[in-house]
Amino acid sequence: MSILVIADHNNQTLNGATLNVVAAAQKIGGDITVLVAGSGAQAVADAAAKVAGVSKVLLADNAAYANQLAENVAGLVADIAKGGYKYVLAASTTTGKNILPRVAALLDVSMISDIIAVESANTFKRPIYAGNAIATVQSDEAIIVGTIRGTAFDAVAAEGGSAAVEAVAEAKDAGISTFVSEEIVKLDRPELTAARIVVSGGRGVGSGENYHKVLDPLADKLGAAQGASRAAVDAGFVPNDFQVGQTGKIVAPDLYMAIGISGAIQHLAGMKDSKVIVAINKDEEAPINSVADYWLVGDLNTVVPELVSKL
Amino acid sequence: MKALVAVKRVVDANVKVRVKPDNSGVDLTNVKMSINPFCEIAVEEAVRLKEKGTVSEIVVVSVGSKDAQEQIRSAMALGADRGILVETADEVGALEVAKILKGVVDAEKPELILLGKQAIDDDSNQVGQMLGALLGAGQGTFASEVKVDGGKVQVTREVDGGLQTVELVLPAIITTDLRLNEPRYAALPNIMKARKKPLDTKSPADYGVATGTKLKTIKVEAPAERKAGVQVKSVDELVEKLKNEAKVI
Repeated sequence: MSILVIADHNNQTLNGATLNVVAAAQKIGGDITVLVAGSGAQAVADAAAKVAGVSKVLLADNAAYANQLAENVAGLVADIAKGGYKYVLAASTTTGKNILPRVAALLDVSMISDIIAVESANTFKRPIYAGNAIATVQSDEAIIVGTIRGTAFDAVAAEGGSAAVEAVAEAKDAGISTFVSEEIVKLDRPELTAARIVVSGGRGVGSGENYHKVLDPLADKLGAAQGASRAAVDAGFVPNDFQVGQTGKIVAPDLYMAIGISGAIQHLAGMKDSKVIVAINKDEEAPINSVADYWLVGDLNTVVPELVSKL
Repeated sequence: MKALVAVKRVVDANVKVRVKPDNSGVDLTNVKMSINPFCEIAVEEAVRLKEKGTVSEIVVVSVGSKDAQEQIRSAMALGADRGILVETADEVGALEVAKILKGVVDAEKPELILLGKQAIDDDSNQVGQMLGALLGAGQGTFASEVKVDGGKVQVTREVDGGLQTVELVLPAIITTDLRLNEPRYAALPNIMKARKKPLDTKSPADYGVATGTKLKTIKVEAPAERKAGVQVKSVDELVEKLKNEAKVI
């Protein structure tokens, strides 16, 4: 059985989430091919070739794939998948979520989103209702298409493999979409979904200024990534790609620190699989306390600086 | 131009759902149902485009049970002009919904097709993209800003790492993210008026689509409960616990 994994990348580096997808593919079992569709993406293909467990890398290098427009990439993926793959997998990143359902429809198959466990070759687990229920789903489709929730699978080693890189000549520009611009938030902190420690702020931090004043020193001290609740994002404290939750990013770090976060269902869906959860909140009744391993009731403006000084 | 908005009837976002004891699904008896929040944002965006004079007519469509009429009426109370209910009592998967919507699009010929980015019950995040593939149309998923300009639409998308803007040829599909807009509340007179707006009932067979799905749900379980935590009284105690008990720092 052969498995096609769609690489998540920015034309220069391979996104770590792809290593988690390869891990899920190994659980299914079979020959793993990674497809890198991009422009000037040779370095990504080389990196993918070194990933443990990958037997082949396909590189489709063309201007049409430069910005991963779903209209162009999905056609390519569907054509390659028809060439004999039983599985098409991608990470549950915004890129994977954008492209894969389009691939599934082109193949005329149903798709499984956000797989968190592989039960058997055609049976998978996935969360529904904001993670309040876990469904076990069996696919009877000829080609199984699914996105993988990265935090649910331990990444395979980025080094150690020696797959051959093969060029794909085919180029598809559907001509119905064009890239205009992008605005990427520059961070010198670890990537949110891959970080070992996440420090998150909610409405309780009060303002964007205070978010950075209080949380930056703590994140610096811990080498942590920073996150936020939807309330903090909607209030404009931090950009929306900080958002942890059902509609933002799903994280499962070793330590998640929820500061000034009440713990709405939508937020819990994004972080309750963290190993250890700490809540710092002035409200004794906050729902976040019910999922926290340790919770401290107090004013975050005094508690957090004290914590920083004692770490 | 005509806009088509797809809405889904789902359990209200504030309800804490419970898994049925027999693990066959989630218990939805006597639970409050609403329009999916992302769909509501799609309706609001269409109404705003109509208020700007870009859109001339808003058609709202829902696939599901007879009760989904309520959600179509809610969308009409927000400003949609007419509704189509594709009624079925059967389970309908995302691919099948996309096929039915394709049938509706072929019949109605809208230039803008708006959907929510995901339904908060199955959390699939698939239908808009699948419809894009079936129609051969462009897709602006996870939209936080929409600008229609002549025969094209510019969509700013929320992507990991920031924002991306793409331009799509019309007709195009847009799936809404939370930050696209703040939906309005329906005023009572508008709710009354919505009752008189036209609502057609169709069946999946009218569009030549069979219901069902090739994904079989074998069981639905409650997620593993987290062990109850402890309240710490001081920062010192917290640091001590994190270092020695949890060993995470």
